[in-house]
Amino acid sequence: MKITRADVEHVAKLARLELTDEEAATFTGQMDAILAYVDKLNELDTSAIVPTAHAVPMENAFRDDVATDSIGIDNALANAPSRVEGFFRVPKVIE
Amino acid sequence: MELYELTIHELHDRLKRKEVSSVEATRALLARIEATDPKVNAFITVTADEALTAAQEADKRIAAGEMDVLTGIPVALKDIFLTRGVRTTCGSKILAGFVPPYDATSWERLRERGAVLVGKLNQDEFAMGSSCESSAFGSTKNPWDLACIPGGSSGGSAAAIAARQATATLGTDTGGSIRQPASHCGCVGLKPTYGRVSRYGVIAYASSLDQVGPVTRDVRDAAIMLGAVAGHDPKDSTSVDRPVPDYTRSLVPDVKGLKVGLPREYHIPGLDPDVKQAMDAAIATYRQLGAEFVDISLPHTDYAVATYYLIATAEASSNLARYDGVRFGHRSAEAGGLVDMYNKSRAEGFGAEVKRRIMLGTYALSSGYYDAYYLKAQKVRTLIMHDFLKAFETVDVILTPVAPTPPFRIGEKVNDPLQMYLSDIFTIPVNLAGTCAVSVPTGLSQSGLPIGLQLIGRPFGEESIIKAAYAFEQATEWHKKKADI
Repeated sequence: MKITRADVEHVAKLARLELTDEEAATFTGQMDAILAYVDKLNELDTSAIVPTAHAVPMENAFRDDVATDSIGIDNALANAPSRVEGFFRVPKVIE
Repeated sequence: MELYELTIHELHDRLKRKEVSSVEATRALLARIEATDPKVNAFITVTADEALTAAQEADKRIAAGEMDVLTGIPVALKDIFLTRGVRTTCGSKILAGFVPPYDATSWERLRERGAVLVGKLNQDEFAMGSSCESSAFGSTKNPWDLACIPGGSSGGSAAAIAARQATATLGTDTGGSIRQPASHCGCVGLKPTYGRVSRYGVIAYASSLDQVGPVTRDVRDAAIMLGAVAGHDPKDSTSVDRPVPDYTRSLVPDVKGLKVGLPREYHIPGLDPDVKQAMDAAIATYRQLGAEFVDISLPHTDYAVATYYLIATAEASSNLARYDGVRFGHRSAEAGGLVDMYNKSRAEGFGAEVKRRIMLGTYALSSGYYDAYYLKAQKVRTLIMHDFLKAFETVDVILTPVAPTPPFRIGEKVNDPLQMYLSDIFTIPVNLAGTCAVSVPTGLSQSGLPIGLQLIGRPFGEESIIKAAYAFEQATEWHKKKADI
């Protein structure tokens, strides 16, 4: 086994994803099969290989530090599930 | 020919000659959508009123002589492109009510040229899938056989072309999501080089692999659409500042002396006999046209799917962290506190495939596993890129199938994600290498389902694959075959 039910529950917590018992059981089996499959990468010696993060090599893309128009508060809040005045409303953070 | 069946260039010619108006063409497509979409389910949202207003504007431009090749052309977009004022769901329940405040750059570029948006197209949820079955808005059906998948994730983009519901569409391709559905629906689908088209306003799945491209009825339309959306965008730091050629100049049916690579690793055991036969016939056609074939090796092909499912899921787990129920998207009504709100909003809003990939990606990035999985995959990605760069020292283009089988049946692979992932074996390496490729119709299976060939080009070698695709298309009749719907 590459992965156990406890691993799946730990990862779900990191991903902020509440899983049902059924989902946790299904994902344990499926992730185990997928991780067993990706293990084939270990057949390759990559000790001298540089990792690739992006296919097209590029430096930082800077622009001039000039303020431009933004979408504005009303647009930014238009899709908010809950808002109050000019703010997003969220449940109490500190108990 | 009905108005809804025309290509961009055919409709443009008629608009230019004032034989037809954009309003008439748009009405014809809207009527066609109404008649066929209850069966196909290619659209999540149809924008009939907005389309007719835009078509009237386009007709005014045409009357005033301010006409571009896309002016008045009815198009549709995968529901991953942000469209200001038009609901954009990305195929997910978590964005079911999301109305973007701005446009994706690629849509803005089409809109400014006078293209008319008829609607937003179905897709796998967050572009994660190869069959369009993971959409929260129901599966799209393949217009060639309604019991089959249209491919994915841009299944709606291809099905809408095959069902003649839009003149051209845009999709996105992270591991084959333009080319595979184009192949399964008998259309042309082009995935440009990474950085060629802006990703601004395209809902992110795997940012180092995602790329925007057209799905069209023929190669000329693909060249027109690519030319319209390509080019540097200051709003996407990964878009490349490099001149955009006139791709329609590459529409020359001449492949004499073209060196075409045939990778030996693509002869896999699971290759369907009908696909093999279609590929052999395509090779014979190219030979007759004067192309030269060279056997090549892409030795790390067998590692591409494993590499992809680590890199793509890791990037996805990071990108999808933004769906937290705070600023937009679904918020659970059940939530007790802040963390509970995150957990429940995401649990209620995401479907099974998205959850599975977030879990896999989170695991691959988590403490203790980062080096073994994510970093390892990035190193193998380097090897896969080098395979292609080496091959392109001796060949101009590489010819392969798009998918190992014709479209499979709806439901056939939903319970076996690994089998579903392996169906992307021929398309995934191109995204990892960041280069360009096009899918072109190349035959029908014994049961009458479309098969596509893939031409892979050098980075920023779109002109050479367009030229090779056009030569094949002009020498064959496959692109003229129509789904009986």
